[in-house]
Amino acid sequence: MRIDVNAFLGAYPYARVPGTAPDRLVEALERVDIDEAWVSHLPSLFWRQPTDGNAWLYDTVARERRLRPVPAVHPGLAGWAATLAEAADHGAPAVRCDPSYYGLDPTGPEVRGLAAACGAARLPLMMAVRLEDGRQRHPNDRAGELPASAVRALIRSDAAVRLLITHVDRAFIEEVHFGSTPEEAARIWWDISWIWGPPEDHLGTLVETVGVERFVFGTGQPLRIPENAVAKLDLLDLGAARRAAIESENARTGLRR
Amino acid sequence: MTQIPVMLIDVHAHFYHDRTPRADWRERNASRLAAGERIGVTHHVASVLGTWGLTSPTYFPSPRDLEYGNDALLALQRQHPDRVRAYVTVNPNYTTHACAEIARCLAAGMVGIKLAASRRATDPLLDPICELARKRGVPVLHHVWQHRRRDWPGQEASDGAELAALAARHPDVRFILAHIGGGGDWQHSLAALRTTANVYVDLSGSGVDGGMLEACLEAAGVERLLWGTDLTMDTGWAKLRYLVHLLSPAQLELVKWKNAARIFPRGAFPAD
Repeated sequence: MRIDVNAFLGAYPYARVPGTAPDRLVEALERVDIDEAWVSHLPSLFWRQPTDGNAWLYDTVARERRLRPVPAVHPGLAGWAATLAEAADHGAPAVRCDPSYYGLDPTGPEVRGLAAACGAARLPLMMAVRLEDGRQRHPNDRAGELPASAVRALIRSDAAVRLLITHVDRAFIEEVHFGSTPEEAARIWWDISWIWGPPEDHLGTLVETVGVERFVFGTGQPLRIPENAVAKLDLLDLGAARRAAIESENARTGLRR
Repeated sequence: MTQIPVMLIDVHAHFYHDRTPRADWRERNASRLAAGERIGVTHHVASVLGTWGLTSPTYFPSPRDLEYGNDALLALQRQHPDRVRAYVTVNPNYTTHACAEIARCLAAGMVGIKLAASRRATDPLLDPICELARKRGVPVLHHVWQHRRRDWPGQEASDGAELAALAARHPDVRFILAHIGGGGDWQHSLAALRTTANVYVDLSGSGVDGGMLEACLEAAGVERLLWGTDLTMDTGWAKLRYLVHLLSPAQLELVKWKNAARIFPRGAFPAD
């Protein structure tokens, strides 16, 4: 089984990206043998009211058994607690908040409040470090990347919060993992979409140093081609059990408990 | 009838040696070769940028460091004659040395020239090097920052428009625009080379953006695309897998090796 925890639906405002419609995403899932995808509504990251995309997201995933909704929660807007409750009611495997896109301080009181509420609701909080390589972003695409210090601060801010961090590289992961207590680090999962394979072997190194249990399969599709995440695993000598941990079991048993 | 072997040519590979800042240089070289076996790479066409910063900057390598790096690569080619091919790396600021180093290394079996970011592609100092490339019939792999909006520290990078200007000055030389997925706005590069027939697109780089390969095909056509990896072989393999769904088998062979075999000197690869 293969679960993609990091997928999107809907148009990207800064470039023409193919495959953003639900049927095209499903085609991509079939192409790379992905059984389940946790999907976010991409356009709403850029909306003043990101939660306006959630209804469409719930409606869309209800029609495709392989899709699970990851709705957006904006903790700076009134009513966000109800949005979180709605996510739980819809069986969301996680909720997402991208503070820099919302114009929020990633360690400010709003985001800390959301982290605590997610912990209480037993819902993982997903955050993307970035969506695109910083060197190629559109001149008007100026939202800052999620800093590692913010992840360290958030995991310390509440003992029940669990974080799923996507689009993240080796240096970031090492800084947060070894800058956290083992108990804190055990509440963070990292998707593999942005981690380099050979010859630098960042993913292979991290699996040994940080632990295979901390990683989940994620692609970032359709902004990134999903073949990349599969190729990374195919270039590792993991063994069946450890590969399954990354491909599905860590998401099923760690994140979705 | 001669049997054509199944080939996969990586036109953008790098290796390291003992005089680099990396203590793990042997492991990185071994990892590239091992991953290549798994992917099916038959030929790594590689370059070494001097000492990778140890005794001169990576993108401004000194003549002495260039010779050491080129020699290390020649040694690796001798060690892996079936797998490794080489670009001679030069610094155009040292024109006499660059021309002599090209002659020396091509005579020793190298098959192309690597220009990194020591001098802007629009600079006349590159002309003698390109003239040598024309005379010897070897391609020039040119490091490119996909849309350079400003100068970046540590390199005098060129972008696609600047490489296109160089290519226009040397219409009989085949240029390879390095790592279209290597950072920066690749759409800017593709727009610049659309009508420049002697610039080929190296698909390497860590970027695996949705729509990038379709845009490369649309801008350059399948006959000007070259498969490569640079620092991330997983992304190279991913692009290859994706291309399987975009291209016919015959077109895929062009990207995997036939286009490369066409622009490198005859005899560089066994299928020539």
